[in-house]
Amino acid sequence: MKSFELVMPKTLDEAIAALPESGQPTERVRVLAGGQDLLGEMKESLVTPERVVNLKTVPGIEGHEPTAEGGLRIGALTRLIDLERDEGLQGSHPMLVEAAAAVATPQIRSMGTLGGNLCQRPRCFYYRNPHSPCLKKGGTECFSYGGLNKYNAILGGGPSYIVHPSDVAPALVSYDAVFTLLGPAGEREVPADSFFTLPSSGEVTRENVLAANEIVTAVTLPAGREAWKATYLKVRERDSFDFALSAVALALKMNGDLIEQARLTLGGVAPKPWRCTSTEELLVGRKIDEETCRLAGEDALRMAEPLEQNGYKVPMTQGLIRRALQALAS
Amino acid sequence: MRVLHLCVNGDRLEVAAPPHWTLLEVLRYKLGLTGSKQGCDKGDCGACTVLVDGKPVLACLTLAALSEGREITTIEGLMPAHRQAGGEGADPVQEAFDRCGALQCGFCQPGMMLSARALLNDNPTPSPAEIKHALSGNLCRCTGYTQIVQAVELCVAESTSKKPRSPAWAPGVNPWSRAEPASGGQD
Repeated sequence: MKSFELVMPKTLDEAIAALPESGQPTERVRVLAGGQDLLGEMKESLVTPERVVNLKTVPGIEGHEPTAEGGLRIGALTRLIDLERDEGLQGSHPMLVEAAAAVATPQIRSMGTLGGNLCQRPRCFYYRNPHSPCLKKGGTECFSYGGLNKYNAILGGGPSYIVHPSDVAPALVSYDAVFTLLGPAGEREVPADSFFTLPSSGEVTRENVLAANEIVTAVTLPAGREAWKATYLKVRERDSFDFALSAVALALKMNGDLIEQARLTLGGVAPKPWRCTSTEELLVGRKIDEETCRLAGEDALRMAEPLEQNGYKVPMTQGLIRRALQALAS
Repeated sequence: MRVLHLCVNGDRLEVAAPPHWTLLEVLRYKLGLTGSKQGCDKGDCGACTVLVDGKPVLACLTLAALSEGREITTIEGLMPAHRQAGGEGADPVQEAFDRCGALQCGFCQPGMMLSARALLNDNPTPSPAEIKHALSGNLCRCTGYTQIVQAVELCVAESTSKKPRSPAWAPGVNPWSRAEPASGGQD
């Protein structure tokens, strides 16, 4: 790892002031929260910042508190292990707890934070290989398209075919969470679903709308989600710990046996958490039965365009959607 | 270089290190505590696991400069801490790993034992599934997982005075248990 200046801000304003101003090169500064992704990137020389801004010395961005509107505001520096072990959250927002517990290993969850998990970079083999000048690193070609693509996108791909690596992000999209971003001009609120970008619509070297002089400071869950049924299911190639081959974050507001509202977001299959709005509409008013499971799986994967080696993700994801629906029916 | 004030295994230390050095590098190459292993050095293997304020973390993905003010426990500190608390011999986790032969090459053991110690400090009576979950971030390339989990199970059983579960090849007895010495020729 190359040496760098380590900045230890005492306030969020000091942290923002240490970030590059508009128009300055952005590659020279990185924000460090838990560091579980950033240090790996720095060791592989994927990023070589001259300055690292440590957020752990900034008070007030950990833990959670109810909002005036009845929602829940969670500080971005909250560690994943603290979400996983929070008995209150286990009762009120089980999908978030399941997603946090599905991340990596106990050691990484002990250090890794909510905000860091949302802003982590892709795990694509070609991106992580320091010798491969791929599109994500400013090169001209996505090598996965004609190369090794077993773990890559089946939805929303092109011109890059990475999958978004976060487990927590699909759960937050399905909870209609809102992210708070702080920059030099103050705070802005961005819905989780709009925070993440596709390579075709945003900058191909980025996965979200966060500017180089901004920090994610909080995630707010809207009121009323305690009454929804929700679950996060994930399939990994190695069960002990791994990134998702496919994941499903399903939240349902039930009215007796009937689905009144639905949120369905897929992980591990697209360059961003993949919200299935047409499937959500299809589910409304239906009972959870065999036909509903089949129709939901077909609709959610209708637009899938697998690459040479990842066609397995289509039936796998359809199976996960079925399992999630069945889990919430009981 | 900056001077770091670290608390390692109960000792308050001053050590000079560059700002980009990881906790693992400082432990191994400045303090000579080579029990924490440098395996993959990027967060995959768990061989560098140490306890920071009682929680298992990867020393290879932790900056030493951000470990100031924390209680760091390495494998070298387990036995002294156990004795300081009035115990005899090695930490019960180390002792159970020894009796169960829960190692081949030994490279993963410091991390394994610290993950197990962190689990038992939080939850003295974990189920076999909870043991596997707690050790899921520690790879053993000799694939000695069965006896590793059995060692933690034995440690739990003995600390709660329960009859330890038997391995499949020795039905009805646990050949490693102090209460039930092996009757056959099995080591």
